[in-house]
Amino acid sequence: MDFFKRWFGGGGSSSAEKAKKRLQLVLIHDHTDISPQLLNSLRIDMIAVLRKYMDIDESKIVMNLDHMEEEMGTVALVANIPVLRVKRGAGDEGQPKLTVSEEAILSDRRVVSGAASPRAQSGGRVKRHR
Amino acid sequence: MGARVIVVTSGKGGVGKTTSTANIAVALAKRGKKVVAVDGDIGLRNLDMVMGLERRIVYNYIDVIEKNCRIAQALVHDKRLKDHLYLLPAAQTRTKDAVKPEQMKELCDQLRPDFDFVIMDCPAGIEGGFRNASAGADEALVVTTPEIPAVRDADRIIGMLESMGKSPIRLIINRFRPVMVQNNDMLSQDDILDILSINLIGVVPEDDSVIKASNSGEPLALDQNTPAGEAYSNIAARILGEDIPLLPLDAPSEGIFSGLRKMFGF
Repeated sequence: MDFFKRWFGGGGSSSAEKAKKRLQLVLIHDHTDISPQLLNSLRIDMIAVLRKYMDIDESKIVMNLDHMEEEMGTVALVANIPVLRVKRGAGDEGQPKLTVSEEAILSDRRVVSGAASPRAQSGGRVKRHR
Repeated sequence: MGARVIVVTSGKGGVGKTTSTANIAVALAKRGKKVVAVDGDIGLRNLDMVMGLERRIVYNYIDVIEKNCRIAQALVHDKRLKDHLYLLPAAQTRTKDAVKPEQMKELCDQLRPDFDFVIMDCPAGIEGGFRNASAGADEALVVTTPEIPAVRDADRIIGMLESMGKSPIRLIINRFRPVMVQNNDMLSQDDILDILSINLIGVVPEDDSVIKASNSGEPLALDQNTPAGEAYSNIAARILGEDIPLLPLDAPSEGIFSGLRKMFGF
């Protein structure tokens, strides 16, 4: 009887094993579930921080605590935040955004397109890594 | 030294709190302790019927709290265990908001000097009824069955008891079916302990005699001739600090009885 159960039932785990696994998963969920108020406060704080770097579509943010079923015991905060535009200059200071290529300077005097960014010290036109 | 006040709770309804309260109280009384079983379920009282004392009730503890009678007048003396077993009934025609946790705590404190044990039956749930019943307790016994909803609710109730500072909090696994467990069709003792992570105080097997006992109002522990009755007796012994080993799974739980032989299929 058991053989057929395994064949048709799939997975081969016993009834008790299924119960145990489901209980363990749901209890992780029960223990780590974040209250709606807390999630909302978190969302407001996150939007404030993100606003410094980019324009986002606040109405379309989706945020959840995800209980990763494949790896028991791990919880991830998953947020889907549509970005409309990355703000220029934000966070650029100190970051070597440009790569200077001698070849480019000598052979290709194409103007760098797009938003402004700190030019290389050499003052020349350089290709910017996107 | 005053009484140990123990609340018997579960979260989930119908898993055997009232049955456990009655039988543990009886078993402790049989061992010479002076015990009062308190029905914490205002409005849906059942401890009186399970103990077979429903016709002896005159007053209940709401009357005591509202100062309509003295506590001695509300106590029902169980003559089967003379001077050792008492019932303090709940009101059937009131509701859970008739009392506050502080009043229940004071009630328990009033009982402490005169008893060795106060066993408080708790209603199902996590709201006012639970808070009232557990307010005066030092220790807790959590009852569960080997089923998903019961274990999940037990987990929640354990969390609440821990945050209330109750200690020790120990588990009773009720309605255990060794054959199903052996066939991997039911959560085992180890499975449940893995999940709930508290100490086990006893396993009570599924036993038809529980129903018959409730029908006649004769708690099983009075006789101990049944698997469940003996299990409750062992639980009482462990509450008293005795080290009674739990029987292994392949042996009939807690004793050899024809009922269990039937379960094993021979």
